[in-house]
Amino acid sequence: MPKQSPVPEDVDRGFFEAANQDRLVIQNCTACNRLQHPPQPACGACGSADHLEWKEMSGKGTIYSYAVVYDSPVASLQADQPYNCAIIALDEDPGIKMLSHLPGTPVDEVPMDAPVRAIFEVTQATGQKVVEWQVVN
Amino acid sequence: MVTPIAPASMYRTREGLGLWEHKGKVAAVGVGHSKTARRWDGTAENCIGAWAIEAMRKAIEDAGISPSEVDGIVLDTTTTTGAHWPAGRPIPTEVVNAYKPTDDPLDGIAKLSAEWLINNMPELTNVKFTMVGPGCMSNVIVVASQAIGDGLANTCLLVKAWHNLDGRYYQGGANAEPTISGYAKWSNWAGPASFGTATQFQRYLHKYNKSHDMMAPFMINSRENGLKFPEGYWYQHRPEHLTYEDYVNARWVAKPANLYDNDIPIMAAASYLFTTADRAKDMKQKPVYILGHATNATPKIRSGQPTLEECEDACATTGRQLYEAAGIKASDLSFENMYDGFSLFHVFHLEGLRFANIQPGEALDYFQSEDISIHGPNPISPSGGNVGSGRTRYWKHTDCIQQIQGRAGERQISKPAEIGVSGGPMPTGGNFTVWGANPD
Repeated sequence: MPKQSPVPEDVDRGFFEAANQDRLVIQNCTACNRLQHPPQPACGACGSADHLEWKEMSGKGTIYSYAVVYDSPVASLQADQPYNCAIIALDEDPGIKMLSHLPGTPVDEVPMDAPVRAIFEVTQATGQKVVEWQVVN
Repeated sequence: MVTPIAPASMYRTREGLGLWEHKGKVAAVGVGHSKTARRWDGTAENCIGAWAIEAMRKAIEDAGISPSEVDGIVLDTTTTTGAHWPAGRPIPTEVVNAYKPTDDPLDGIAKLSAEWLINNMPELTNVKFTMVGPGCMSNVIVVASQAIGDGLANTCLLVKAWHNLDGRYYQGGANAEPTISGYAKWSNWAGPASFGTATQFQRYLHKYNKSHDMMAPFMINSRENGLKFPEGYWYQHRPEHLTYEDYVNARWVAKPANLYDNDIPIMAAASYLFTTADRAKDMKQKPVYILGHATNATPKIRSGQPTLEECEDACATTGRQLYEAAGIKASDLSFENMYDGFSLFHVFHLEGLRFANIQPGEALDYFQSEDISIHGPNPISPSGGNVGSGRTRYWKHTDCIQQIQGRAGERQISKPAEIGVSGGPMPTGGNFTVWGANPD
């Protein structure tokens, strides 16, 4: 699906630079040993910005939930309506969730709790890669 | 004068705070509503400022007091239902100049300050206290109750107004761009506002083995109650019953949230008159006492979208906070008016409250098997909420006041209306109030 190209900013540059290398990294506070996503300027638990790092993930997860979108206000997505939009829980920490259009999964045939793996998709406007997820057959 | 936003100290944001220190010492007395419309017609007499004034004057009249007795105004200054004044669109000077404006020409048109209201209500000669309760009437009620209890004001007008402009929401701006910046880059794959609630409800259906059509009795009941609400949008403009077929065949917005699960944006304003319990005794209407309030302000959300489990936990916490603040039990509630826009999360609120002893996963079954109407033993959303009267987030509060005063008209519940609960907006963040016929 033609997604908007995310513009990396200081707070999330590490995430998008890794995506361009086909790697999934998640922000981690080394003091709390706690992952957080989306990236924030400071740890949501201890409040410190001094212990944040980018931690490599396995790229494995499961489908926590989803909705089928029929009426999106985002122009670039409207041509593909209806489309799946799932919430992926990461294997390393199921509390960490990411969105996915589940490429390859027919609309409304989303297997709840099924395993998925990360793939990296090029967005049209800038070429920035984003993390997508596919059901593991 | 610049109206301050309510400080964090006015909110009860956690368990363990005990009984609300002002329980039964603050009361709602007067209620005023403007007319409703789907959208603004562009005229000065129908701008949102004018409608707020209409509602405030009705609330004063309803309470049977002189406007000069009002010494406080608590309001939400935002009035958008989601529609913002389009960048570059000329602001109609004839509307601005029809009133005494503030420095902001959109004040009274697409936002609303206490200063604008005072400028244009010369009868309010004694207002010494103004404060903003951001977000919706649920917040305004908590702030006004606390302010009166704390002695910051004696007799307050509470105000919440909603403008709605022409066109569809969110279609332009960043959503039409080929790139995306800021936090929206993490959410814009989803689309409509109801996406998050839809995913929580999808997980709920999966977890408890339920189906979306099991919402139908609640939706039908809510519309019926809305059609008994003379102040509401559907009553005034589209007196149409909702059938099971209407509901289950409605177009999807973000499946499993359909058109009716998404409340219809409208234009309207409401005002309540709150005062001390002592002062309320001499007013025209029966006092409805504030027994306690709670704010769910610190949800433990790990990622961008709250999960079902986070919603369930937040709603249960809210319930416990409310019961602790008011010194009551779930079984003391005569009825409930928790928020319903989006309709699907009303089940989370019901289960969180343990209203009618509904446990997690049981609300949809309860809708099928029990009488949830105003004539049943446990009336659910007798206001009809946003589902029944349009997106204002305040019908539920009005209904709590009117039910307990015994003047809810056709909506009056059959059982005695002794204690009610209302609040919102979101399961993981909002303000909630317990209302009582008696102060203790």
